[in-house]
Amino acid sequence: MEAAAATARAIRVRGVTPGWAVAAVAFLAVALVVGVVAGPVHIGVGDVLRSLGEKLGIPGVTSPLDATQESIVWDLRVPRVLLAGLVGGMLAIAGATYQGVFHNPLADPYLLGVAAGAGLGATLSIAYLPDALAGRHVLPVAAFAGASIAVVLAYAIGRAAGRERDAATLVLAGVTVASFFTALQTFVQQQNADTLQEVTSWILGSLPNTGWSDVVALTPYVLVATAVIVAMRRVVDVLSLGDLEAASLGVDVRRTRLTLVVAATVGTAAAVAVCGLIAFVGIIVPHAIRLVAGTSYRGLLPLSFVVGAGFLILADVVARTALAPAEVPIGVITALFGAPFFAFVLRTRGGRA
Amino acid sequence: MPRRFALAAFLTVFALAVALVSTAVASPSRSAATPFPATITVSNGQVTIQKRPSRIVSLSATATETLFAIGAGKQVIAVDNQSDYPKTAPRTSLSGFTPNVEAIAGYRPDLVVISYDPKGLSEALGKLGIPVVHQDAAATLPGAYQQIRQLGKITGHTAEANALATGMKRKITAIVAKARAKAAGVTVYHELDPTLFTLTSNTFVGRVYALFGLRNIADAAKGGTEYPQLSAEYLISANPALIVLADTVCCAQNARTVAARPGWSRIAAVRTGSVVRLDDSIASRWGPRLVNLVRAVGTALGRLGRQ
Repeated sequence: MEAAAATARAIRVRGVTPGWAVAAVAFLAVALVVGVVAGPVHIGVGDVLRSLGEKLGIPGVTSPLDATQESIVWDLRVPRVLLAGLVGGMLAIAGATYQGVFHNPLADPYLLGVAAGAGLGATLSIAYLPDALAGRHVLPVAAFAGASIAVVLAYAIGRAAGRERDAATLVLAGVTVASFFTALQTFVQQQNADTLQEVTSWILGSLPNTGWSDVVALTPYVLVATAVIVAMRRVVDVLSLGDLEAASLGVDVRRTRLTLVVAATVGTAAAVAVCGLIAFVGIIVPHAIRLVAGTSYRGLLPLSFVVGAGFLILADVVARTALAPAEVPIGVITALFGAPFFAFVLRTRGGRA
Repeated sequence: MPRRFALAAFLTVFALAVALVSTAVASPSRSAATPFPATITVSNGQVTIQKRPSRIVSLSATATETLFAIGAGKQVIAVDNQSDYPKTAPRTSLSGFTPNVEAIAGYRPDLVVISYDPKGLSEALGKLGIPVVHQDAAATLPGAYQQIRQLGKITGHTAEANALATGMKRKITAIVAKARAKAAGVTVYHELDPTLFTLTSNTFVGRVYALFGLRNIADAAKGGTEYPQLSAEYLISANPALIVLADTVCCAQNARTVAARPGWSRIAAVRTGSVVRLDDSIASRWGPRLVNLVRAVGTALGRLGRQ
């Protein structure tokens, strides 16, 4: 029955047409421009573009911005837009990867306990580390370490269950580890009520105003993780048919899955360490693409990165401008706008997917 | 005979007068010696304390500071884990945020002071017959002074509490009067944490800035919250002349770390060195050390004028 369904699905797999690829890149380009132009401080579109021209060394173009405006655009907005793009792209492609590898439409980048582990790491560093150490420098490292430990633990438990080829066992192990780590985190948080505000604002997710340093720190992780996943996109297509089917087609299911999960997890953990937990991107972006553009992972994976990047950049524009000059946590925006948008796509395109 | 009668009448009147005068003199001293039962109206309604408490548990860091400042410290047997000032306060692991009624009752208190009442704490203590005084965070300076006077009244330290409140008011008024001229139109940014959470003029600390006549850049924030998170680019363009850091302890912030943030080196306050470092707890309490906050702002404004 399952095999028959999988075969039926395999037949229905649609490739992504070049048209959709162009549309996705155009979407990202628009998002990038909007992201740099829009903000709580009004700076004219033309002025920003002329400043960009000067930075790019286009002869005859000089920036009309004063020093403060230059600083706002180049020290704050541009790095923040790039950071949003990296994080959004990473979360979306990781989500798509998990969904393919675990044959689970509800899989998200936080499936194997990444979020809970990172949350525990961050909370511990905020609550117990000496103040001079905590903050910007140690927190991301602690979050990354926590995320890695959680996933290794989930994988070990899944293996110990003796059925690590079974994707469902691994998912259950992830859920177990996540509950345990969340409980630990809540306990530590309760013991240190004075740091509650810091922990909460980290958990809600926000893009920090650290300028270029976070962009520089995050880029290698995202590049490597994305490159590995995109290079293996054809294997994900085969894996998504089901473990038995993939094995019969000559795929080393265990090793392939491990490689993909490690790549997606490392990228996610790095993103979470910098921005906290940003919900929903990893689920809605891949599904929205499936619904409108096709279900083949060959196209889905790269498109997820591009569209996810554009989506989070636009979400951050809303976060920055909706209550300007106050900010709204970006995790709230992604769910608030993502959920109705996805419901709309589901309703209008659902029949065709 | 009429003469003797007159003398007797005179003596009687005199005796009566002396008696009257003596009672008139004696009565205030007697009432000061027995000011109990004392009744005050606080966040949990009217509270009557029958006799001078000698086993006080304070779960409010602000109340702890006040109790010790008005000489009621000897009556305090336990304070919560956040009450880190003064150092002599008997700090315990009791929590004011996630309180355990049994643990509190275990100290057999005859008065519990709280500033936060989660999950029916005051009701539960009330059932055990333990009087609870709930003083919510003060919204205004007069509110803060009133809380001090109330704590004085129910602990038998009315005079000290009145002196403390009056003294604070006098000092604050003097500092503000001296700095007001320099503060006119000066913009201020009060930092609660490095992710740019701040407070508007609708908060207790915000009102202190308003007292000086400072202009709070957070007042432009929409959304109705009193504790908004500001956009970094807005903050830079608002170019505050005075920055007050209330995250020096929690997050180890100082003038140097602030200047190192992208784009911040251009902000007026950073350029002129008008970055005030404040102990986080001073900026989040409304007790006797309020004067320190006002003084820090006043001193910074004084320096500002000389530049």
